[in-house]
Amino acid sequence: MAITFKQVDFTYQPGTPFETKALTDINVTIPDGSYTALIGHTGSGKSTLLQHLNALLKPTSGTVTIGERVITPATNNKDLKKLRQHVGIVFQFPESQLFEETVEKDIAFGPQNFGVSEADALKTAAEMLDLVGLNQDLLKRSPFDLSGGQMRRVAIAGVLAMKPQVLVLDEPTAGLDPQGRLDMMEMFARLRHEQHLTVVLVTHQMDDVANYADNVIVMDGGRIVKTGTPREIFKEPQWLVEHQLGLPKTTAFAQQLIARGWQFDRMPLTEDELAEDLIAQLPTTAFGGATTHDE
Amino acid sequence: MRPIIDVEHLNYRYPQQAKDQLTLRDVSFSVDAGEWVAIVGHNGSGKSTLAKNLNGLLAPASGKITVDGDVLSEKTVWEIRKKIGMVFQNPDNQFVGATVADDVAFGLENQGVARDEMLRRVPAALKLVNMQDFATREPARLSGGQKQRVALAGMIAARPQILILDEATSMLDPRGREEVLATIRQMKATSDLTVLSITHDIDEAASANRILVVNDGEVKEEGTPAEIFRHGEALIKMGLDMPYAERLKAALKRRNVQVPATYLTEKGMADWLWQLRSNK
Repeated sequence: MAITFKQVDFTYQPGTPFETKALTDINVTIPDGSYTALIGHTGSGKSTLLQHLNALLKPTSGTVTIGERVITPATNNKDLKKLRQHVGIVFQFPESQLFEETVEKDIAFGPQNFGVSEADALKTAAEMLDLVGLNQDLLKRSPFDLSGGQMRRVAIAGVLAMKPQVLVLDEPTAGLDPQGRLDMMEMFARLRHEQHLTVVLVTHQMDDVANYADNVIVMDGGRIVKTGTPREIFKEPQWLVEHQLGLPKTTAFAQQLIARGWQFDRMPLTEDELAEDLIAQLPTTAFGGATTHDE
Repeated sequence: MRPIIDVEHLNYRYPQQAKDQLTLRDVSFSVDAGEWVAIVGHNGSGKSTLAKNLNGLLAPASGKITVDGDVLSEKTVWEIRKKIGMVFQNPDNQFVGATVADDVAFGLENQGVARDEMLRRVPAALKLVNMQDFATREPARLSGGQKQRVALAGMIAARPQILILDEATSMLDPRGREEVLATIRQMKATSDLTVLSITHDIDEAASANRILVVNDGEVKEEGTPAEIFRHGEALIKMGLDMPYAERLKAALKRRNVQVPATYLTEKGMADWLWQLRSNK
C-alpha cells in the first residue's frame, strides 16, 4: 500500500504560546512494497511525519493519501478504524504498552477491538507468536514475566495481529543489545517478505539503512531534503555531515581509505561490499597459504 | 588514587526469585576517583541491577558497598545519593518540571542550593548540552535526544561526584551521542568526576579507562578497551558491538585473506591494508 504526502504542513498547538511548526511542504511517496528508511537528526520532524502515516495526526494543510483513503485537515476522527488496521505502528519501547494478564490476551486485544471474535483473535495470537519467533508455551504467561526483548516481540505481535499492509517501526531496536538488534532486524526483513509488507523504518542506525532499506527519505528542519536509494544518499558524505547525519561504518572507513589513495567504483555500504572491492585490488600473496603473515 | 566506589562480594536477588537464583553473584570491583569505567554485558546480564544497588535503589542480599568512604546503609543512603547522579535510557521516567529550566533546577532545589547560584548553574548546564534555546519549553514536547540532553543537564547542574549513565546514549543519533560523550569528557577534564557507563556502544566503551564485562550476574573480565576489543566476534556475546575494523577483518577472512590476529584500530587496519597492497 502506497502512502503519498502532498504539500503537507503541520503545526503543533496552533494559536497558543507553544505553537511550533513541525512539518513544512512535505511532498513524498512511500512506494507500495518498499522498505523505506526515514532518517534525520533529533527534532527534524520524523516522529511527526510518522504519526501522519495512519492519521494519528492530520495535516494542518495539504493531503495524505493512504492507499485509497485521502486524509485532509477536515477529515473526521471517526471512521479511521479501517485505516489504522492497514497501517500498524510499532512505537518506541512498544513493550511499555503491554497491559493484559497473559501474552495471548494482549496480542488478541487489537483484533477484538476491530470486531474479530475472541476465538478467532486467540487463534491469530498463537500464529503471531510464531511469526515473531517466540515459543507457544509463552501464550499463557504474563507478559511482565518476560525479558525486555521478548516483551518487545509480544508487542510487535500485537501490531501484526491486525494484519497490517504497512508496518511502521520507530527505532525498533533501541535499548536492545547487539545480538538482540540483529535478531530483530532480521525478523523484520523476513516478515516483509512472508507477509508482503511495506515497511517504514525510523532510525539513527545508518548501518541498518545500508543493510535493509531500498528507499531513503532524509528530513531536516521539518522538511524533506533528499530521497533516493541508500547508495544515492550515502555517496555524498559531506552532505550528510552538513545535515547532522552519520554514515554507515563501512562508508566512513572507505572515506579514510580513499584519502590514502584507494579507489572504489561504487561507494561501499557494507563490510562485505568493501571486502569484495578490497580483494580485487590486493596482490595474490595476500590470500591464504601464499605467505605466512604476522599471525 | 583512592577508590571512590568499592564493591565487595555483592549478591542481589529480586524478591520473586528463588533462593539459589541470584541476579548478581559475588560481584567485587573498585573504581578510582576520576576514573571512567564502562560496564558491558548483554540484556539481562545484571548491569542495571548493579547500578541500582550502588545508590541504594535496590538493597543487596549480602555484600558491602562503600561510596566515598561511607559504607552504604539506611543511614548513609541519603548522603550517598547526593554524590551520585544517574541518567537512564528513557528520560521520560525522570522529568518533573513544567519547563526545561524548571526540570534542571529541580535537583538543585532538593539540595537546597541558593537561588542566585541556581540562576547561574541552570543556564550554564543547558548551554553545555546545547539546549539553551529550549529553557522555557515543555520537556514532554521535546524529541528523544533533546530530552536526554536535558536529563544530563540536570546532572551537570547538580554537580555529583559520580555520574552513572545507564544506557543513556542509546536513544541518541550519532551526533547527539558524540555531543553527550564530548560533554562528559569536558566535565571530566574540569573536575574530578567519576563516570560509570553501562553501555552497548563501542564508542562509549572506547572512551572509558577500563571495561568490566558482566555476564549472568558476575564480573567475567576486566581490562582496558584494547584488551577487551581483542575478542573480535565474541564481543557480540558479551553485549558489545564489534569494532568496525574487526568486522571488516572477519569479512576479509571469510574471503581467504590472511589477517593479523591482534586487535587493530581503524587506523591500524588502514595501515595494514595499505602495506598489504604495496607488497606485490
